[in-house]
Amino acid sequence: MPDPTPSASSARPEAIRISDLHKSFGSLEVLKGVSLTARQGDVVAIIGGSGSGKSTMLRCINFLETPKSGEIVIGGETVEMRADGSPANRKQIERIRTRLAMVFQQFNLWTHRTLLENVIEVPVHVLKMPRDQAVARAHELLARVGLGDKADAFPAFLSGGQQQRAAIARALAVDPSVMLFDEPTSALDPELVGEVLTVIRDLAAEGRTMLLVTHEMKFAREVADHVVYLFEGRIEEQGPPAEVFGNPKSERLKQFLRSVA
Amino acid sequence: MTSLKSLFVPHRIVMMILFAALVVWCALSLRWDWIPQYAPLAAEGLWTTVWILVVTSILGFALAVPLGLAQAIGPWYLAAPARLFCTIIRGTPLLLQIWLLYYGLGSLFPQFPWIRSSELWPYLRQAWPYAVLALTLSYAGYEGEVMRGAFSGVAKGQLEAAKSFGMPRMTMFRCIWLPQAVRNVLPTLGGETILQLKATPLVATITVLDIYAVSSRVRSDTFIVYEPLLLLALVYMAIAGVITLGFRWFENKVPSAQR
Repeated sequence: MPDPTPSASSARPEAIRISDLHKSFGSLEVLKGVSLTARQGDVVAIIGGSGSGKSTMLRCINFLETPKSGEIVIGGETVEMRADGSPANRKQIERIRTRLAMVFQQFNLWTHRTLLENVIEVPVHVLKMPRDQAVARAHELLARVGLGDKADAFPAFLSGGQQQRAAIARALAVDPSVMLFDEPTSALDPELVGEVLTVIRDLAAEGRTMLLVTHEMKFAREVADHVVYLFEGRIEEQGPPAEVFGNPKSERLKQFLRSVA
Repeated sequence: MTSLKSLFVPHRIVMMILFAALVVWCALSLRWDWIPQYAPLAAEGLWTTVWILVVTSILGFALAVPLGLAQAIGPWYLAAPARLFCTIIRGTPLLLQIWLLYYGLGSLFPQFPWIRSSELWPYLRQAWPYAVLALTLSYAGYEGEVMRGAFSGVAKGQLEAAKSFGMPRMTMFRCIWLPQAVRNVLPTLGGETILQLKATPLVATITVLDIYAVSSRVRSDTFIVYEPLLLLALVYMAIAGVITLGFRWFENKVPSAQR
């Protein structure tokens, strides 16, 4: 995995920039000013204990959660926000969302659709791609994640690992500029984690930009270019994986790494 | 599924023989000679029952969707009237609703000359529009309540996934929310449609000639009481069977969501 030097990384255009992001649930402040930049091709792993705000941060990027304040810039385009943090321009946020593809902890495949229908749903009904073209591409993507023979199966008949790989195929079908992974392996039985990580590893290797919230420290160390450690809604420490995992500076990070080891 | 083998166990064979004997006895010792004479009328009545059932179920369901949606996510000024409508419909007898519309509305209209001279008058002076309206509103009232639960019951993650891919709200409703809501309550809707079938004889009370009205006519013309009623029961059971099979076919097309 190339470890981008500052000069190399600044040569690549920005994919996502988050500035001073705040988010509260009622009186509970979950994010207390988070800033983060990911350039095209970056794999950013976000780690932290439960309740540290890592999933919330990810969900604020595509406005599944409404931030309280801050700025979010996707591919150079600033998301227009109202004073209360909600997206001000529905057309804009819908357009931006089609460039971000999210993979959920609970897969969230559409249960009334077969795998093939799940994968072509957004290309056909949102991106208005011709159906036969979308179907051909969907077969390719399903084959790629090892589900070529399951195209006509319904999600309920598949294992968690298969569902999550199908969800990744669904995300790839929109040819996203950034992929958001929200704890993609946390709901899986231990023996199914490997097959999903293999797919994500391949995507990282081919230069996909991704933000990955994960509990798999070994995996984060292996695939990430940049690791962010969140603690109580703030970035406590960040840097290249070798630094963050090999030579942690903050006491909290040291303690966290000991607890998950 | 019952296999052929499990069908032919002693107690089932005895039951089947008893039932066959009953059918044969009914066929041989009861009076069926009136059938040829009333067959054309019965066909007409059957057709009326079926089209009233189909039309009012479809129209009622079309009304139930907005009624359910308004109650599930609507602002109070939409949710409150929708809830009131469902409460009134479900809280009063259907017979009363039919009579209120037919004798109430139906006797109000002729007092206005402009209605009597309008294009609609040839319809408004007949009974079936009131029957269709009452049964439609009734189905809408019950199914509006069912759909409220159905819309609220669709898993949040399913809609969140649609949202995260930038799906516009109408597309999300059409492609994800509505189909999943309907899928989850298909068994309930099937049962409610059978209830709707069994509510249709009430239209005979406002002079609509459905299959039940035909059996009444046979009784009053010929003084034969049981035979028409037995046949009538058979007809309703057959229609209910078709409804059950139809809904089961739909249910099997898409497996229900993993819970």
